[in-house]
Amino acid sequence: MIHDPASIAGRTLTPRERTAVLVIGAGPAGLAAALEAARQGAGVVLVDENPVPAEVMEEDIPLLFGGRMTGAVRNRAAMLEAFIASDPAIAAAFDAGVDVRLGVAAWGLYINGPGVGWLPGPLAGLSDGARSWMIGCERIIVATGRRDMGLAFPGWERRGVLGMTAALRLAARYGALDARRAVVLGSTAEALDGARRLHALGVGIAAVIETASAPLDDPGTLPLRTGCVVRRAEGDAEGVTALVIARRGEDGRPVPGTDLRIACDTVILGIGAVPMIDLLDAAGCRIAFSAALGGHVPVLDDAQRSSIPAIAVAGDCAGIGAAKSRDVTIAQAEGRRAAAGRAAPDGARAGPGHDIAGYRLDWVRATLLAADDEDTHVCRCEEVTAREILELRPPRYLGWPDRGRNRRDLRSLLGAGPPNPDQVKRLTRAGMGVCQGRRCREQVACLLALSAGCGLGEVPAATHRAPVRPLPLAVAAGAEEAAMAAHWDTWFGMKSQYLPYWEVPAHYTAAGRDAPDQGDGE
Amino acid sequence: MSGTGASVIIIGAGATGLSAGWWLARDGVDVLAIDRGIVGWEASGRNGGGCTHPFSPLFAEEQRLWPMMDELLGYPTEFRPQRIRVAFDAGQFARSAQAARDAARQGFASEVLDIAELRRLAPLVGDGVHGAHLHRFGGHANPHRTVQAYAWAMQDHGGQVMQHTAVTGFTGSGGRVSGVHTDRGTFGCDHLVLAAGPQTRRLAALLGIDLPMAAARAEMIVTEPLPLMPLGGVDGNGLYGRQTLRGNLAYGGGPHEWIDPNGIGATPPPSTPLMRQIAGRLARLLPRAAHARVIRSWAGIVENTPDGRPVIDRFGNVTIATMSSIGFGLSPASGHAIRDLVQEGACGFADLSSLRLSRFERLEPDWISRQGWQPPSGAGTSGQAGSAGRMLS
Repeated sequence: MIHDPASIAGRTLTPRERTAVLVIGAGPAGLAAALEAARQGAGVVLVDENPVPAEVMEEDIPLLFGGRMTGAVRNRAAMLEAFIASDPAIAAAFDAGVDVRLGVAAWGLYINGPGVGWLPGPLAGLSDGARSWMIGCERIIVATGRRDMGLAFPGWERRGVLGMTAALRLAARYGALDARRAVVLGSTAEALDGARRLHALGVGIAAVIETASAPLDDPGTLPLRTGCVVRRAEGDAEGVTALVIARRGEDGRPVPGTDLRIACDTVILGIGAVPMIDLLDAAGCRIAFSAALGGHVPVLDDAQRSSIPAIAVAGDCAGIGAAKSRDVTIAQAEGRRAAAGRAAPDGARAGPGHDIAGYRLDWVRATLLAADDEDTHVCRCEEVTAREILELRPPRYLGWPDRGRNRRDLRSLLGAGPPNPDQVKRLTRAGMGVCQGRRCREQVACLLALSAGCGLGEVPAATHRAPVRPLPLAVAAGAEEAAMAAHWDTWFGMKSQYLPYWEVPAHYTAAGRDAPDQGDGE
Repeated sequence: MSGTGASVIIIGAGATGLSAGWWLARDGVDVLAIDRGIVGWEASGRNGGGCTHPFSPLFAEEQRLWPMMDELLGYPTEFRPQRIRVAFDAGQFARSAQAARDAARQGFASEVLDIAELRRLAPLVGDGVHGAHLHRFGGHANPHRTVQAYAWAMQDHGGQVMQHTAVTGFTGSGGRVSGVHTDRGTFGCDHLVLAAGPQTRRLAALLGIDLPMAAARAEMIVTEPLPLMPLGGVDGNGLYGRQTLRGNLAYGGGPHEWIDPNGIGATPPPSTPLMRQIAGRLARLLPRAAHARVIRSWAGIVENTPDGRPVIDRFGNVTIATMSSIGFGLSPASGHAIRDLVQEGACGFADLSSLRLSRFERLEPDWISRQGWQPPSGAGTSGQAGSAGRMLS
């Protein structure tokens, strides 16, 4: 058979290494999955990007760390030790023969499907920061956990504004949280449990702020303030020094004269714990919105399998609820089921959490829309405000004149369909930055739903793309044979395409394609 | 029939269809563009943004229009003129010189850059360069912004766009179409334009028109922003792309994969580890950007005719436009040409005889296998790779 030499046909990707089972994420679910797969005799590679280098943490990758790390994060060896010591199951995995690799990130999952047929089987892209490579696997278990929903208010870019997952990661796993007195935003089970845990680890909790009139979960003895609006975070060169809140009026806006300044060095976002589905979405797994499971989650069968059968999912990235957040054995059971390919016994699946849709919309309404501040960037990488997103303004660097004739807004884009964050992203650049949308994507979705008057679940998830972690060109580069590049000297390697129009013969045949001037020109 | 419709219905709200819609709407024509997804969602929004096609009969018009497009449309396209072609060997340099000669014949200048001037215009270029041309024509634009600009400008002139509407069939045939059936009702028309990218073959077949084409997946990557080079339109080394006005490097290249477009919806398939090959080639083209981090990769499906050249042709009251994977840059001119075909029956500003469908009259029925354009058959759904394959990495 003839192959187009410029195409991929006839070439094969040989991954540098192979394993039967690749587990991504060394949290409770991933460790349980790796141990179960090893117990069954499979060869298992378990990777986890943590501990990530200090300079990457500074960029809020993979969590919203808000710059609140102590100097301890610069000692990679000590971080590695702390990470291993923080969960005895890691040592158990080593002992069970699992090939555990910490500080190794998975940045892409690849598998043949509609429109992709050249891959030699399921593959994952891995990187240790200095190099990247491909690993071939029979099965992939994704247990990448959760991250925090961002929330823009004046001053949220200051050092000291971080997510609850990030705060717990720093405090509980590394002993590296640089916070003395924190204000927590949100009254979800995850926020309140987190606040109690941080308090036990020595962080003072100055207040827990809820914008609704009642908390979502039982605050116990935590200093809760309901019916409040966040006005701004104040600070200096070191970071946050205070959070200013106000009473929320009937109209949802701050009541004048009710500003209250709470001294703190840290503001912790506990509005929403978000399943980390980036690898799954980028791989093409089917994703659906579930208000009971924390937002967009992979569609799974009873044995934790995604719509791509070789990819199973366990733990928080499969869905987050209060029960799973509180009882680690639920995530561990998911991990074991994912490894064993076993269906859940009745009632063993995680129960639903609260309805996140209305809750998150309310926070965004009370905070972003109420602030309407020209300097508060929802997308911090690309410096885009809420108003710029809703009015679909071209980015400021274009210097496009604000002419009345061509003012366009969301409604002009929608037509009959729901608002699409990817379409908004293309026009405003919101979500196009180096943080890959981790800080803004949930906020943008809320803004679009509020503006369009539709439910949060109707707004499609902004697309995730590989590499799901930023990868330097020199690190991403694969070995490349010179011959392959040569065939692509011209677009698609098609000589006949580049024939100037005055030399094109009257008739084209496949037989004559390498000698286009043989034609019977008229 | 539901009684609604338009004088001209365009199927496919990509760069080509929307440009045609805009040109027609400017003339006061009642025009409706229909798309199964979102405007510019497929290949039109997934390309490198190049506007430099000296081999095309639409080249002169492409060059005339691009510098005016922001003003004509009323929305930003991010067009920037000129192009640098970097060659790493004599063969690459010769191909770049051929483009220069083709353009020169049409009145457009190029020059060979010395290394100092190349470095001044494109400081991210490094060592090992065989030679480079500065084409004082062509350029690049932002595909996302441009396709939306076409749609909005078309609407500003009274045209309509219907998204999320799938075409299921037609009323009429034999070069006389009177209605378009969709999953949202039937729409009457006096003239039909097919500009549906890889779907154009299937739609044309419903009208009894055999339009030979094959579909392929091509991939692109984008890096984080870097300081702006004086001239962002730098390509070569088997890559096509640009530095965006924000500073990102957005580049794509092969190898491509021939695919079966049937069953692929409006959302294209994911990219593959070819990202690594593109990254490696970009690090060689612009070595001073080797530290820049890749933050996205994506794939697009493009259609190619057997000779890789567009078909823009009219059959009765049906005008067909398949741009054979080079449609974005040519779109200001292709829209103008389609407007001429619809309104006047012939293109008034360029000789489109090389783009006629009749050039394929003698095409072999098995041209796809003769050219090796068939999708990999049952390629690697599981297990080990074939031992004959060459190793990529």
